[in-house]
Amino acid sequence: MVPVDYYIILSAILFTIGVLGVLIRRNALIIFMSIELMLNSANLAIVAFSSVIKSFSGQIFVFFVIAVAAAEVAVGLALIVEIFKSKHSIDVDQMSSLKG
Amino acid sequence: MTPDLILFLVLALVAIATALGMLFSRNSVYSALFLVLNFVTVAVFYLLLGAPFIAMSQITVYAGAIMVLFLFVIMLLGAESLPKSEVLPWQKPLAIGLAVILAVESTYLLVTKARPTGDVLAPDAAVNTMENLRELGMKLFSDYLLPFEVTSILLLVAMVGAILLTKKEKGVQK
Repeated sequence: MVPVDYYIILSAILFTIGVLGVLIRRNALIIFMSIELMLNSANLAIVAFSSVIKSFSGQIFVFFVIAVAAAEVAVGLALIVEIFKSKHSIDVDQMSSLKG
Repeated sequence: MTPDLILFLVLALVAIATALGMLFSRNSVYSALFLVLNFVTVAVFYLLLGAPFIAMSQITVYAGAIMVLFLFVIMLLGAESLPKSEVLPWQKPLAIGLAVILAVESTYLLVTKARPTGDVLAPDAAVNTMENLRELGMKLFSDYLLPFEVTSILLLVAMVGAILLTKKEKGVQK
């Protein structure tokens, strides 16, 4: 038996790595991947809690989170492609002007 | 040390290592592949937690659909790696310091404050039966029917949005 605390600590570590990715990387795609990592760590915590209280609600919630993540990726990657078309770079430091 | 705990620790090590690999690889393609491995590891965690349906969704949607889309875009843009240019030299140490504080804080709050306590349910044969899956499906289509329908509309809107964003505008000189 694994105590639920271990899962929570792992989830916190993965979330922190995701936050770190958003803070230190300049490639917009890597930043986006870090956001996916954060969503995943939150899902892990929800499923761990749901397993402790022996309820399905957590699993269903995670299912919806996965669906929302898929929608988010579709729109986000389309935006990144558009930004690349106008700026010829996906370095977030280059995206400093409001005018496209 | 029970076998469960050893399995957990090994998988946790793999998950953290692949997450760090994603963070620090110079090439975006390697980052994406590390992230695929991370998602698969998390799917195995879901199996350990007695959530086989979520584990399979994780592999098909995340490791399958989402990461393939990422790899497509990385290779389409040819943006494997960016030229090295440090704009803010103090950014990295500051970010790492703040991240360590965040990790300690969130772990402390989640472990000590309001939460269900106890061990996670051991993955036994009962979890993987059809009965369990049927119960999940019944719940999804009765108690959670409205969120389910809203999700389908959300996916439709996302699809239309993605098509509109990448569509060439007529009459615009580039």
